[in-house]
Amino acid sequence: MSSRALAKDQPASFAFNAEMMAQAKRIIAKYPAGRQASAVIPLLDLAQRQEGWVTRPAVEEIAKILDMAPMRVLEVATFYTMFNLAPVGKTHVQICTSVSCWLRGSNDVIRACKEKLGIGMGQATPDGLFSVGELECAGACVNAPVVQVGDDYYEDLDLAGAGKLLDALKRGEKPAVGSVTGRDGSAPAGAPITLTEKPVPPPKQDFAAAKVAFEKAKADAAAKAAAPKA
Amino acid sequence: MPKLTIDGIAVEVPANTTILQAAEMVGVEIPRFCYHDRLSIAGNCRMCLVDVEKSPKPVASCAMPVGEGMVVHTKSDRANKARGGVMEFLLINHPLDCPICDQGGECDLQDQAMAYGFDRGRFHENKRAVKDKYMGPVVETVMTRCIHCTRCVRFATEVAGVPQLGATGRGEDMEITTYLEGALSSELSGNVVDLCPVGALTSKPYAFNARPWELRKTESIDVMDAVGTNIRLDARGRQVLRVLPRINEDVNEEWLADKGRHAIDGLRAQRLDQPYVRKNGKLEPATWDEAFAAIVGRVKGLSGGKIAAIAGDTADAESMLALKDLMSAFGSPNLDCRQDGAALDPAVRASYLFNSTIAGIEQADALLIVGADPRKEAPVLNARIRKRFLRGGFPICVVGAATDLTYKYDHLGTGADVLAKIADGSHAVAAALKNAKKPMLILGMAALTRADGAAILAAAKAVADNCGLVKDGWNGFNVLHTAAARVGGLDVGFVPGAGGKDTRGILEAAGKGEIEAVYLLGADEIDTAKLGKAFVIYQGHHGDRGAHRADVILPGAAYTEKDGTYVNTEGRVQRALRAVFAPGDAREDWTIIRALSEKFGKTLPYDNLAQVRARLAFVNPLFAAAGKIKAAEWQAFGASGAIAATGFDYPVKNYYMTDPISRASRTMAQCTEEFVSGGSKHKPSDPKTGTHG
Repeated sequence: MSSRALAKDQPASFAFNAEMMAQAKRIIAKYPAGRQASAVIPLLDLAQRQEGWVTRPAVEEIAKILDMAPMRVLEVATFYTMFNLAPVGKTHVQICTSVSCWLRGSNDVIRACKEKLGIGMGQATPDGLFSVGELECAGACVNAPVVQVGDDYYEDLDLAGAGKLLDALKRGEKPAVGSVTGRDGSAPAGAPITLTEKPVPPPKQDFAAAKVAFEKAKADAAAKAAAPKA
Repeated sequence: MPKLTIDGIAVEVPANTTILQAAEMVGVEIPRFCYHDRLSIAGNCRMCLVDVEKSPKPVASCAMPVGEGMVVHTKSDRANKARGGVMEFLLINHPLDCPICDQGGECDLQDQAMAYGFDRGRFHENKRAVKDKYMGPVVETVMTRCIHCTRCVRFATEVAGVPQLGATGRGEDMEITTYLEGALSSELSGNVVDLCPVGALTSKPYAFNARPWELRKTESIDVMDAVGTNIRLDARGRQVLRVLPRINEDVNEEWLADKGRHAIDGLRAQRLDQPYVRKNGKLEPATWDEAFAAIVGRVKGLSGGKIAAIAGDTADAESMLALKDLMSAFGSPNLDCRQDGAALDPAVRASYLFNSTIAGIEQADALLIVGADPRKEAPVLNARIRKRFLRGGFPICVVGAATDLTYKYDHLGTGADVLAKIADGSHAVAAALKNAKKPMLILGMAALTRADGAAILAAAKAVADNCGLVKDGWNGFNVLHTAAARVGGLDVGFVPGAGGKDTRGILEAAGKGEIEAVYLLGADEIDTAKLGKAFVIYQGHHGDRGAHRADVILPGAAYTEKDGTYVNTEGRVQRALRAVFAPGDAREDWTIIRALSEKFGKTLPYDNLAQVRARLAFVNPLFAAAGKIKAAEWQAFGASGAIAATGFDYPVKNYYMTDPISRASRTMAQCTEEFVSGGSKHKPSDPKTGTHG
């Protein structure tokens, strides 16, 4: 990773569209008056969802909305690698290359991108439809290697699986999220190898009878206490 | 009041004190980079780790409040080992370029590496290199040296009030930069150089000029504004190479404005280093005797009423006293130190002082600014207002232009007539001032130099009286001067005598030919075209406006070249010491006037500085007490009259060029280009890294 700065070529202006503005207002309202700066991360996210990346006019607009110095917003935008500071393709494929995914074959995923899209890490297709980026640990190591497209994770990829995923994306489809091998969440691949026997249910208890016995004991004790001493 | 033990010394300190502060109280030094007394606590350098008993880990003493019964060891093996580790990490990415670093010799990192560093490096990987950032004409950057203490970021955000500095990226990629690499547009930007504990931010004009141990250090007073900032002049040979602030809690804390710090290169250009006499319409070099003879030949025999004197904005009290004595000897009542024509009442000291004092701003709880732009007229004082503002509960109102003062305020209007409404209580602000415990009014020169200045002064007095600005132990009436010499001139009594003319009158009379000789003591801010055919003697240090009009030029000394007394806007008498000698034949100013008086046969009764100072103290006993403030008595002043509704014409339009020295300064010209005329020449292309030259 190199130093993060805003891209050289910037659009002239930025404004939240009506829907995003409504969302932004809802987010800002969550924080006490005077603490609206706390909304900076969600607002940057909204800007990125609208434009695809965080532009300089967006940084300045958000600073204005939240009454912050533009530098303070830029600090946040450069701190989190999830914010794209340069334009990305319409479909931005982020490949996790952290250690678990790398051990489990993230290099194959990168190779699949080269083969299917013709682009490598940090590049975009000339038509602007696809771009490939690096992702710091996505926190889904149990299903490594992982690719993030938009808000969705695609897991358990290999050369063929990634190729199939990219083909589907190219056709404009939205493949089912999660493991591409069809495993259930993070359940073991294939058949379970532990806890295979049928679970033994806990012993049945007769709560009604227990309650009756308890009430009876209570009544007996009360009667004994009330009885005159011999 | 928790009690604790630091290195075996028992101490009782107020609650909420940090361990580091408590250690300072008992004289135990704890190394630090990010901690600074006047900035918020960041706790990110980890150099101040100490060993606290019963604590599982070393503790960052700058951020840890003291606790009852704490036992702190600052020199134990564990503390030393922790600091050694921190130092080793800091040095991983810090270049070993001390021999070519301007900070060398006064570098916190260098010093502390000597004390806590390991004697060899164990890091064999590549060091990181960071592109240098542009921060304007006065701050040079070598960002590879940055250790991310964020002192500069906190200074810009908190003290200077220009939140343009920040840290982008994170971890190894963290970089300190200004927003989009613009210049740091603060009048206090030079202070980040002093704050930087390493050589990442250094002074651009002073780059590669000298090593600290080569410099001769002289204590002086800044004359670029009326705050009277305490400074230290660092000189080598006959040149003052840099100016640094001295700590004075009552005046400047430890800040210095950019003009005071960087206008000194103007002292090397446009200097008057020998006398000149105008012959056949052209100024020609002359000897002192020829110059004096020319003056005596023209002025001797003139009646006192035909002679006048005007003192400039950076004149010292000694020279003004000598000139006043000379004018008395001539029998001339025409003298004035207010070359801007401000309607100040010299008879009542409280009418022309910043009575609340600069430190007093911190006690105030309401502020009304009238016709002043403190950010440009007195940046250090403005920082004090901002400091008070940040503490909260300090409503600020402004009458005048709505400029960015680095704090929020209520804008009451641009016209001066608003003041009259506040004075008669019909404005809502009057009630707010009345309800405040310690309300303040700051009256600027823009309000007093107008034709209706006296009426504005009277209205301000009425506000002070009606809204309870003056009460027991508190005087909230403040005049903010723009000239270092003004209060000194008024205290010396360099004002029109009985029947004498003030600056406006002198110029008018000179234009009509009623005044035949005018003595300008460094007065450059008057309209010299109005002097008509008068014989003009200019005594000063720069070939500026006054010298261009002069018939005889007497080369004087700049503030760095003489022992002078200055009185700041609060009325604090302060002494500046001579750092270097004036160039060529130039002399200290009072000695020139003393020598001239002899030629007229009216020898002034002092031969050395001690005698001049004794005479100063005789004329006004205040001059005997340097560094102190005496509260001025509240008396009647001002002349009621109509106030025009027009806006103010501020005296400081371009902060970077206000006097002959700053007008001759190359650095100030660059700042003007960057910040005032709006034509930054900086192009962000091809940035270099410090290690690759």
